[in-house]
Amino acid sequence: MENELNKKVLEQLIKVFSDDIKSAEESYGMLSVTVSKNKIYAIIKFLKENTETNFNFLTDLTGIHYPDSKEDLGVIYHLHNFYKNHRIRLKIFFSTQDSYVDSIVDLYSGANWMERETFDFFGIHFKGHPNLTRILNMEDMLIHPLRKEFPLEDQSRKDKNDAMFGR
Amino acid sequence: MEITDKKVSLAKMPDGHEGAGFFATKLDDAVGLARKNSIWPLPFATSCCGIEFMATMGAHYDLARYGSERLSFSPRQADLLMVMGTISKKMAPIVRQVYEQMAEPKWVLSMGACASSGGIFDTYSVLQGIDRIIPVDVYIPGCPPRPEQVIDGVLKIHELVQNESSRRRYSEDYKSLMESYGFESGK
Ligand code: SF4
Repeated sequence: MENELNKKVLEQLIKVFSDDIKSAEESYGMLSVTVSKNKIYAIIKFLKENTETNFNFLTDLTGIHYPDSKEDLGVIYHLHNFYKNHRIRLKIFFSTQDSYVDSIVDLYSGANWMERETFDFFGIHFKGHPNLTRILNMEDMLIHPLRKEFPLEDQSRKDKNDAMFGR
Repeated sequence: MEITDKKVSLAKMPDGHEGAGFFATKLDDAVGLARKNSIWPLPFATSCCGIEFMATMGAHYDLARYGSERLSFSPRQADLLMVMGTISKKMAPIVRQVYEQMAEPKWVLSMGACASSGGIFDTYSVLQGIDRIIPVDVYIPGCPPRPEQVIDGVLKIHELVQNESSRRRYSEDYKSLMESYGFESGK
C-alpha cells in the first residue's frame, strides 16, 4: 500500500474482521477490498460509524456477473469519506443460488434505488429492503437482463433472419 | 414600391357544381379539405428524432405552413399523434394511453427507425415498433429522418385525411382494426 490512509483503513479492517477480509489491492491509489458476503453489513456499518474511517457517503452500489467463475455474482460498493476525501471499494462475490445480501438502506438511504436497480438487472435480493421491486424495467419482465444467460435481443422479433443477423 | 403580383396558392377546390351564388360538393370533400389543412399534431418526442422534429417546427422548415401551426400538448384536442424516437417497453402503456385519449378521427405518424421497428435497439427493453401497440398510418424511415422527410410524411397524412370517407370510422373494418389492438371500437 502506497497510500497512508489506505494502509490505516485496511489495518483496521483486518484487526476487526480478520478472516472475513479475503483480499485487498490498491489500484490507481484506490483501495479495493474483497470481503465475505455475510459480513458486508457489519463491515459497512463499521466503516461508516468508526470515527477514524468515517465513510459517510455511499457513492455507488452495483452488481456484476462473471458467468464462468464459481461465485459468479457480485456486488460492488463505493464509499466516500468527505472529511478526508478518501474513497474505498468493497466487493462481495457469491453464487447465483445464494443471491441474498443484507440491505444497507438503513445505513445509507441512497442505497434504496441502487439496490432496486441491482435487483432489477441482476436478480440479487437484498434482505431487509423496504420495497424491493423493479425500478427501470417493466414490472412484468421475467428475466434479469444483465445476467449473461439472458439474451440481449428482443425475443419477439420474427423478421430477423438468423443467417443474416447471426442470432 | 411596386407591388408585384405574387401567386398565392389556395387549397384546391373539390369537384362540384357551381353557379351564380352557390357551389355544391360532397360533404366528405368539404370536411376533408378543412381537416387536412388544420391538423393539430401531438408530438410524442422521446429522443434524437425529437430534435429533428424541433427543426421541422422551426422557422427554417416551418411545418406551420401546412396548417399545423398549433402543436397540441393535450391528446384531447389533437388530430395527429406523432411518435418520434425510441419507445421503451416501459413507455409503451403511456403511448397507448395518449392514443386512447385522443378523440376520433385520429391519425398516427411514426417517425424514424426506432418508432417504426425498434431501429438499432434490438434489445430487451425497447418496443420493436409502435405498431405493436397502436395502429400506424404513415411511417417515416431514417435514423433520423431529415425535416424534409417529416414534411413529406405529414403531407402523406394530409392525403389520407382528405380522402377519408366520413363513414370510415363507423365501418366494420375500422372496428375490427381497433379490436385487434385491444381498444374498444371508436364510437
Ligand atoms: S431512429 Fe435514430 S435518430 Fe430516431 S430516435 Fe431512433 S436512434 Fe434516434
